[in-house]
Amino acid sequence: MDSSMLPTSAEYYRILPEIILTVTGTIVMFLEAVLSDWQKRIFAPLALAGLTASMVAAIAANGSPGSAFHDMLIVDGFATFFRVLVIAVGMLAVFASTEYLKRESHPGGEFYALILFSVAGQCIMATANELIMIFIGLEISSIASYILAGYLRDDARNNESALKYFLLGSFATAFLLFGVAWIYGFTGTTNLAEIRRQLEMPGGPSLLVTGTAAALMFVGFGFKISAAPFQVWAPDVYQGAPAPVSAFLSVGPKAAAFAILLRTYFTAFAPAAQQWVPVLWACALATMIVGNFAAIQQSNIKRLLAYSSIAHAGYVLVAVTAHSEIGSAAAMFYLAAYAFTNFGAFAVVTHVARKGERYTKIEDFAGLAQRQPAMAAMLTIFLLSLIGVPLTGGFFGKFYIFKAALDSHLVWLTVLGLLNSAVAAYYYLRILVVMYMKDPEPGEALPAAGPALQIAVYGSAIATLVLGIFPSFVLDFASKAALK
Amino acid sequence: MTLLDAVLFLPLVGFLILLIAPKSISRTGALLFSLIVFAISLGLIANQSLSTNVPWIDYPPIRYHVALDGLSLWLVLLTTLLTPIAIAVSWKYIDHRVKEFYAFLLLLEFGLIGVFISMDLFLFYVFWEICLVPMYFLIGIWGHERRIYAAVKFFLYTMAGSVLMLAAIIFLYNKSGTFDYTEIVSQLQTGRLVLDARTELLLFLAFFGSFAIKVPLFPLHTWLPDAHVEAPTAGSVMLASVMLKMGTYGLVRFCLPMFPNAAHQCAWWISALAITGIVYGALVAMVQPNMKKLVAYSSVSHLGFVVLGIFSFTQQGLDGAVYQMLNHGVSTGALFMLVGYLYERRHSLEISAYGGVATPAPNLSIVFLITTLASIGLPMLNNFVGEYLVLQGTANVSMTWTAFAALGVILSACYMLWLYQRVFYGKASEGVAHHMYDLTSREWAAILPLLALMVWMGTYTQSFLPPISAQNARILENTQKLKVERVQNQTPEVARGQ
Repeated sequence: MDSSMLPTSAEYYRILPEIILTVTGTIVMFLEAVLSDWQKRIFAPLALAGLTASMVAAIAANGSPGSAFHDMLIVDGFATFFRVLVIAVGMLAVFASTEYLKRESHPGGEFYALILFSVAGQCIMATANELIMIFIGLEISSIASYILAGYLRDDARNNESALKYFLLGSFATAFLLFGVAWIYGFTGTTNLAEIRRQLEMPGGPSLLVTGTAAALMFVGFGFKISAAPFQVWAPDVYQGAPAPVSAFLSVGPKAAAFAILLRTYFTAFAPAAQQWVPVLWACALATMIVGNFAAIQQSNIKRLLAYSSIAHAGYVLVAVTAHSEIGSAAAMFYLAAYAFTNFGAFAVVTHVARKGERYTKIEDFAGLAQRQPAMAAMLTIFLLSLIGVPLTGGFFGKFYIFKAALDSHLVWLTVLGLLNSAVAAYYYLRILVVMYMKDPEPGEALPAAGPALQIAVYGSAIATLVLGIFPSFVLDFASKAALK
Repeated sequence: MTLLDAVLFLPLVGFLILLIAPKSISRTGALLFSLIVFAISLGLIANQSLSTNVPWIDYPPIRYHVALDGLSLWLVLLTTLLTPIAIAVSWKYIDHRVKEFYAFLLLLEFGLIGVFISMDLFLFYVFWEICLVPMYFLIGIWGHERRIYAAVKFFLYTMAGSVLMLAAIIFLYNKSGTFDYTEIVSQLQTGRLVLDARTELLLFLAFFGSFAIKVPLFPLHTWLPDAHVEAPTAGSVMLASVMLKMGTYGLVRFCLPMFPNAAHQCAWWISALAITGIVYGALVAMVQPNMKKLVAYSSVSHLGFVVLGIFSFTQQGLDGAVYQMLNHGVSTGALFMLVGYLYERRHSLEISAYGGVATPAPNLSIVFLITTLASIGLPMLNNFVGEYLVLQGTANVSMTWTAFAALGVILSACYMLWLYQRVFYGKASEGVAHHMYDLTSREWAAILPLLALMVWMGTYTQSFLPPISAQNARILENTQKLKVERVQNQTPEVARGQ
């Protein structure tokens, strides 16, 4: 065998985070079979250790950027940004679920292993530099997520959620794969940069072909980011899945899916920008409108947050539509701010829902400010960030997105998007109203949140505020790492 | 770190301390804190040109740039004065969730001061939105029956207006490369930043819409009566006295110097709306059965004067408008306090529930009378000066408008005196006689500073007006100069085009 075919150590170094995650996940799976119930308490710390190590590795790998495995993967600032983000989300997910699993009497190693595998898949998505890797990363992440959505297997809603997610998800992935096949058929390559070169060449594949392939792939991406009209699964899945899993699904896979969307459209399909920008324009607007106006109607807070997360995908799509370096940076920053905000909100929902998730109506939050002022204050921070009130990450995120949009002369999209965010204020305010302005109803006592969940909630809140008050660090990194 | 930063950030510090301090000291602590802030802010009079300008976020270049001038000085002082007063009037009235209440009042003070001294558009927007949150909770938690509806309406109205302002701010940044207000104005003046007529008009409207909702200018005023009626006394006082001034302040500070051509172009219909507001507000106030609603509609009427003065583009008109902002803060704030006093005794806001209050509470009725007279513009009291200046400034532009606006002054006498008559004269019903008692020493302490100001501002304007006039002269000069230079710049291009 030719020695040049063998990967170098530098290449292994660049995928060390994925290796660590996979190995840790596998170890957890093995130990699950051999450890006694009492010893299984180590799974959460073990998973956290794996995530921490992989985060360190991801940051270290940024010091030696470059491609790996024949350009299949690429480590650059963009990849590092998303790797660190999804790993951080994975950590939060572990913190938010340990007590939840105990509460639902379903402790188990496979939950943590699935989180680790899903994060590994998302890391691959972040680094993927060609279509097959994108597909593989997406599948690793998705399959783990499908199982997570149905983790409480005795619960009917969990089953419905998982089944729906799986069927629709596979269907959408098929479209993605079909698009990949088209592209490969017409260009003879799956490498993103190479595809771009082919498309730019005179006499390359016609715009019709490229456009069709890009559209087919967008079906797959649009499903993962829950963009209209591919958003119908999100409310059912988020409502049915265990609350910490909804928290995880609504941010981690979404961020990674945006990473591949940005990478593919800004690199491979950049020559066809004139064709896809109008499509994304309409899609962004439709997503914002569908998400916000449907959220107004909801009475279940998990559904409400699901629709709100659809709307937020619409805001990020505005940044993608801007198709500029600053648009890419804005999308990255927004996804980071949104990840902590939305995760935090779902974490508080996890807490208030109590055993069996019986309290997920908006009215169930009545008087939370009097019962547990700290939790209410945290949820207030998250909701204000989702509304986009200054000094929270959500505000800066929106600000950068609409700045990018105006830079690219998308005046109407900006105005409509901003008006949308004013509409959105209405349904977030409803939750604030219930928490602060209604008296608690007599009923089951709300036990204090466990320490791990508190870490998840406070950690998210601190991140939300830091991104809102001192955004420079993250923003500078995003600007430097943005795709050109 | 200047005195100005201290005045800005101390309320925030107070807010944070109150959050962690035990409940038992929150009332006293808040009062103490706000009094200290007021005492420090008095030092600003001696030092009117303070500013701080340090970077906050590197890119995009957002700076923490705050500065004081003749326009903001008195508005800041009004805020720092009214916060302890608002705390004092809530002393007995707020009996549940005391800690949060006073914490929110201090947070509100922080936001309001920030709005008045921000010289960076982005920073201004940040403070502008921050103000929304505490007021939303103040109305929504401690208000009357329909408080939730009012709070949500208040939030959504303001939010809807301000998102467009945000779009305009971003647009200006993309054109000029800076958020700094002084820098943008100087770029406009030197011709480095040129906005074509249509862009300028749209930007003006985006800013104007957001401010007009806050003022509120007819026909965008419908949130105001709801918010006022439902808010607790302290909320009404802060809302009327200070928060409404955010809108008029914005008009003077941003709309005129940044978009002078559009401002001149739109002045006719804005003035028409202002006059409609003056007359309409007064007429609606006249038929209100609810005292707070009456005062709220009188605010719509009074603020119409302010807008009219601003868009007269004359020195007197602008001076009168700014003076009237302060006057309205003092006298309408006092009116809301007095209505609050009555409510604490009788537990009703309906005028029909009162009558003959003067007999059991003579001091209260005297104080109410002085405030009423101030509000309707009796000479020697504060509102007269502002209204006179506005009317004179408007008269330089159009006699017809002045005549209609003057009608508002007459109408205000009608509804206020009629209110006074129905509440304080006549025979005291049993309910009134049973519940009514005279002013307590705490209530005296809260209202006295405002009474003193009514007289002081009405008799010795020299203490207040010079810094305002100086700043207004600068603003007017900017507004005019830009207009001229723009025309000169355009001429050669036009010639070449032909």
